Amino acid sequence: MPPTIDDVFRMNEVTARREVVAARGIKVTFGAVKALDGADLVIHAGECVGLVGHNGAGKSTIVNVINGGLTPHAGEITHAGKGGQHGISAARASGIRCVFQELSLCPNLTVTENARIMHAELAGWNWRTKARALVERKLQDIFPGHRIDCDSTVDDLSIAERQMVEIAISFAGLHEKPKLVILDEPTSSLDAGLAAQLMAYIRRFVGEGGSVLLISHILGEILSTSDRIVVMKDGRVVADRAAPEFSSRSLVEAMGNVVREQEWLRSPGKRGGAPVLSTPPRRGHGLAFEAHRGEMVGLAGLGGHGQTETLLDLYLSRNGNWWPAREKEISFVAGDRGLNGTFPLWSILKNLSIASLRNLSSNSIVDRGREASLGNGWKKRIEIRTPDMENHILSLSGGNQQKVLFARALATTARIVLMDDPMRGVDVGTKQEVYEILRAEAAGGRTFIWYSTEMDEIRLCDRVYVFREGAIVAELVGDEITEQNVLEASFAGGEAA
Amino acid sequence: MKISSGTIRLLIPAASLILLLAAVFYMQPRAMSYTGLNLLFNLAVPIALATVAQMLIMAVNDLDLSMGTFVSFCACVTATFLQSSPAVGVLIFLSAIAAYAAIGVVIHLRELPSIVVTLGMSFVWGGLAVLMLPSPGGEAPGWARWLMTSRPPFVPMAIVASVVIALATHFLIMRSSAGVLIRGVGGNVRSVERAGWSVIRIRAGTYALAGFFAVLSGIALVGLTTSADANIALRYTLLSIAGVILGGGEFVGGKVSPIGAVIGALTLTLAGSFLSFMRISPDWQIGAQGAILIVVLALRLFLNRLEKREKSR
Repeated sequence: MPPTIDDVFRMNEVTARREVVAARGIKVTFGAVKALDGADLVIHAGECVGLVGHNGAGKSTIVNVINGGLTPHAGEITHAGKGGQHGISAARASGIRCVFQELSLCPNLTVTENARIMHAELAGWNWRTKARALVERKLQDIFPGHRIDCDSTVDDLSIAERQMVEIAISFAGLHEKPKLVILDEPTSSLDAGLAAQLMAYIRRFVGEGGSVLLISHILGEILSTSDRIVVMKDGRVVADRAAPEFSSRSLVEAMGNVVREQEWLRSPGKRGGAPVLSTPPRRGHGLAFEAHRGEMVGLAGLGGHGQTETLLDLYLSRNGNWWPAREKEISFVAGDRGLNGTFPLWSILKNLSIASLRNLSSNSIVDRGREASLGNGWKKRIEIRTPDMENHILSLSGGNQQKVLFARALATTARIVLMDDPMRGVDVGTKQEVYEILRAEAAGGRTFIWYSTEMDEIRLCDRVYVFREGAIVAELVGDEITEQNVLEASFAGGEAA
Repeated sequence: MKISSGTIRLLIPAASLILLLAAVFYMQPRAMSYTGLNLLFNLAVPIALATVAQMLIMAVNDLDLSMGTFVSFCACVTATFLQSSPAVGVLIFLSAIAAYAAIGVVIHLRELPSIVVTLGMSFVWGGLAVLMLPSPGGEAPGWARWLMTSRPPFVPMAIVASVVIALATHFLIMRSSAGVLIRGVGGNVRSVERAGWSVIRIRAGTYALAGFFAVLSGIALVGLTTSADANIALRYTLLSIAGVILGGGEFVGGKVSPIGAVIGALTLTLAGSFLSFMRISPDWQIGAQGAILIVVLALRLFLNRLEKREKSR
């Protein structure tokens, strides 16, 4: 019996909805932090899926699971309906390519040589000619009128050109085209014209049957380019609907958290007098930064949009880069404990007292007695859970190590404390204790400048600056500090940057 | 015309070599002959080979502190086993290269600092060399002797060998598709990993290749000196590192240049002769050699900074 029209129609339907990759019930934990808590993401052939979410929602983690770089602790990944294999090679074999947010080209190689790294099939005698033709064709295809010399070293290219090259290399294919290209913030360093060219190309690529997973903080791009939008929050997918059903506003609402609304007692009227710390607007646009005595100023926005750089600038504005100032006015609480926080071979006490050794010593000799009494005082005050301050710093839990770092900063005479997202991976109980101490210290006249990726902490602040693309785009005071407002400011509206 | 950063990288070592050569010729015009050039650059051939080996290791962001003792070990094998029973000699060399590959694997797997591992290995190679040749002696195989002392027409052997080494390694490291992977590991390991390559294999292969060039260096050295000694090439560790840096290479980032490395080795060899011609007492020569190195490196730093300023404008 010949197939009826109905059958043909259904078959087309089936091919049109062919799965390229499906991640179901994915769970990933890093220590105590649940990065993904049963997330589902299915991408079909011929569609562009937009993925949005605030810091720590799990966007990067699920991307890493899909491209094979991360093995989930629970859940399954299937490529084109077939499961079983997992890993970077398996993902690449099923046509998945990824353009990462941070540059992932080799800066010491030329553009063609980078293409060779990404495409193993570029080998043999005239691989250079083949690689150059491949990249040049794709660059011309995506960014017509570009002026990139494929024989120049990536080091010699501008940031935008590097991003263009990386995108072109990922979309190119010698024998077969990629099936799914994941773009993580692809337009972060492209200007509006180039971004528009890229979005137009994505539509063409999708029209020819390819799929794209697009992550961007520019909601206009997501809304105009995607067929379907997936919103993530706290390691789960909270909304998954066709793009036309969303607007900028409803997207922000979906990302936010309306239920939990805690009230904090903010101390009003702190803005009198001259600011203790101020900087002009960064990169010549946006708002200026200033902080007053006894104030708790929050730096919010998506991660990596200039908050840490601002903290470093503030620190260096009061402290020489070459020669440290004698009297420290500012102390710094580092975010990455392992990288630039603790001295892993030292005791708890030594880790605590390192910043105030000048005050503890007479004639350049450290007074052991005063050091010990300082340690015991802080041990009681912030409840460092250890029988002996002489114990190894690594014998403490992560949260208690972080408390020691706080104590290190608070034990100094500095009146200003900068904090670079210090609560990462700290349990809730410890957080509450630290919040209490910070409040008390602020009431005592200390100024805190706090970069945090967590909304709860941002809401503790008296005043919040929201960052986007390296500049301050909004200032929220008192009751204006809500998740809704912070989200709205950190995601650009309709216009491309 | 725009000059690429790679060309600039090569320009300084080439210019310093020419400058040094001009100074030597000015002071000792008789060096400007077939025999004179051969004598000046003769010892540069094994140094150039060792420098290329070191460059390979540095291309993957590591450093080999056992280069000198390993070349000494290879020289001892050449003067004893390779001469008396070639099959055993070749077998020893093959296992030495395999050992180098294994060192690469260990460094990668255990994430050990290469400096520590190779420093440890330097005692192993040194000990093996002493076991083989407790006192200076041995004899060079006839073919190695013939190769190193042959007199091709017009151009002395030292120059021919240097050019061949430079071109062959340039093709291998800078032009071939495998060389791209080696330098890619130095430039950005994660990107190579994400592209689905096995970095451990690339590293093992790079170390093995470095071992191969170091073996060649040992053979070339014995071909010149006719006998060996367990301490014959101890200077090579620092000479090879200095040669790579002098030739425009960098400690990290996979930025290397094989032609530059060979030129660097030639420059270092010439610097020794130049100082002798200047009648500087040997006591001061090492210091003077260091001064030459500092001047060249300062010049390069200055040009790099100039280039960066140009770019930011």
